[in-house]
Amino acid sequence: MNSFSYNKVTEVAEAVADLTGHANARFIAGGTNLLDLMKENVARPDHLTDINKLALTAIEETEDGGLSLGALATNADTAWNELVERKYPLLSQAILAGASPQLRNMATNGGNLFQRTRCYYFYDTATACNKREPGSGCSAINGINRIHAILGTSEHCIATHPSDMCVALAALDAKVNVTGPYGDRVIEFRDFHRLPGDTPHLDNNVQDGELVTSIELPPSNFTQHFHYLKVRERQSYAFALVSVAAALELDGNTIKDIRLALGGVAHKPWRDCSCEEAFIGQEATEANFRALAEMILADAKGYGSNTFKIELAKRAIVRAFSEALKNN
Amino acid sequence: MKQETSTLETDDPFSDTLPAYTLVNLRINGQTHKLRLQPWVSLLDAIREYVGLTGTKKGCDHGQCGACTVLVDGKRINSCLTLAIMKDGAEITTIEGLADGEANHPLQDAFIEHDAFQCGYCTPGQICSAIGMFNEGRAHTLEDVKEFMSGNICRCGAYTNINAAIMEVKSKLENE
Repeated sequence: MNSFSYNKVTEVAEAVADLTGHANARFIAGGTNLLDLMKENVARPDHLTDINKLALTAIEETEDGGLSLGALATNADTAWNELVERKYPLLSQAILAGASPQLRNMATNGGNLFQRTRCYYFYDTATACNKREPGSGCSAINGINRIHAILGTSEHCIATHPSDMCVALAALDAKVNVTGPYGDRVIEFRDFHRLPGDTPHLDNNVQDGELVTSIELPPSNFTQHFHYLKVRERQSYAFALVSVAAALELDGNTIKDIRLALGGVAHKPWRDCSCEEAFIGQEATEANFRALAEMILADAKGYGSNTFKIELAKRAIVRAFSEALKNN
Repeated sequence: MKQETSTLETDDPFSDTLPAYTLVNLRINGQTHKLRLQPWVSLLDAIREYVGLTGTKKGCDHGQCGACTVLVDGKRINSCLTLAIMKDGAEITTIEGLADGEANHPLQDAFIEHDAFQCGYCTPGQICSAIGMFNEGRAHTLEDVKEFMSGNICRCGAYTNINAAIMEVKSKLENE
């Protein structure tokens, strides 16, 4: 790990101000991904601003009946929070599908949004990677790309976003509250993460110096028919090859509302609202779930070792919705 | 002999270019250790190399194996993926802090009873992790235990006996 200076802050404004004056300062909360990347020499901050003392751990109901998740609440405390379990069980399931219990005790909600890809080439500083070193090339496109993206890729990057939590947040229409040198703003979850395009070094639309303070969930009726399905190389503690956040609101067997977000397939949690809208008013049948799967993966593209993901994702979608239907 | 506090001083060969050492108070197994550390020292390295408690193991050093698991304020974490300076003042428990005097923690006895290790390298992390799992109160069945212990890898493959030891102590604790 390279050397760096360190400061522990206690106020949000102090945190934002603490970044200035350094060439490459970073916030540190749980540190589970950042410190790993620093040990691998992929991240080389010259200053860390420790934000763990900020009062951003609350999980509380909002006035509109939604829920606000403090940026510094841990993943474990969030997944096992009584309100989250009762009102957003899909989110609890997704969080518990990720990482290990030790990591979930450290990792924070804010930090989860900033997780970087686990592309092997991004981690291997001996190889070309446009995300790590813009302009150097992508080793994955013609390399081993079993874990890589099939949707929304570019000729510059086929990395995937690694988070499970974010897939559920995408399905649940979350909003992200940030503060920074230019004031406060709200980012819709669909606009939070980016596709690689020709700027794959940018994972998200948060600007330099901005700090996530909370994640807001709107009121949700997806408390009965939901399922987070994660398909991976082993049963537990592995990143997703494909994951599916599926949720239904039914009137009899007719789809009143439907949500579908995919993980492990793109540079960001993948959601396509036009596909969902096409199935509102339709019957909740396996045939319709398969048709939905075909629709959302219509533009999927394989790169060799990951081509299997296209059919895997379709079958995972059907299975996730079938499981969601089983919930009483 | 155990001391109430210990202080470790090291010359800083990079003092012209690097940030000064910072005084960090680490509370480990009920004792305060006043350490002078650079910010990039992991909690794991502080425990092993600066305090000298080598029960906690460095396996992968990347949060993938769980050998470095310790309890911080009762919660299990990977000590390799946090900085010592971030845990100033927190209550840290390592494998050395589990016994009550000469009496082993029940899980330590159960690991011996069930032959729950071969090489023993993952054992301190397994035991601390299982105690953290007990504190969480979310593991009810053997399947739950397997899932909630998945952050601790045993390359000898002693999982069957590890699970047996954990299940025995779990049911004992629940019946108390």
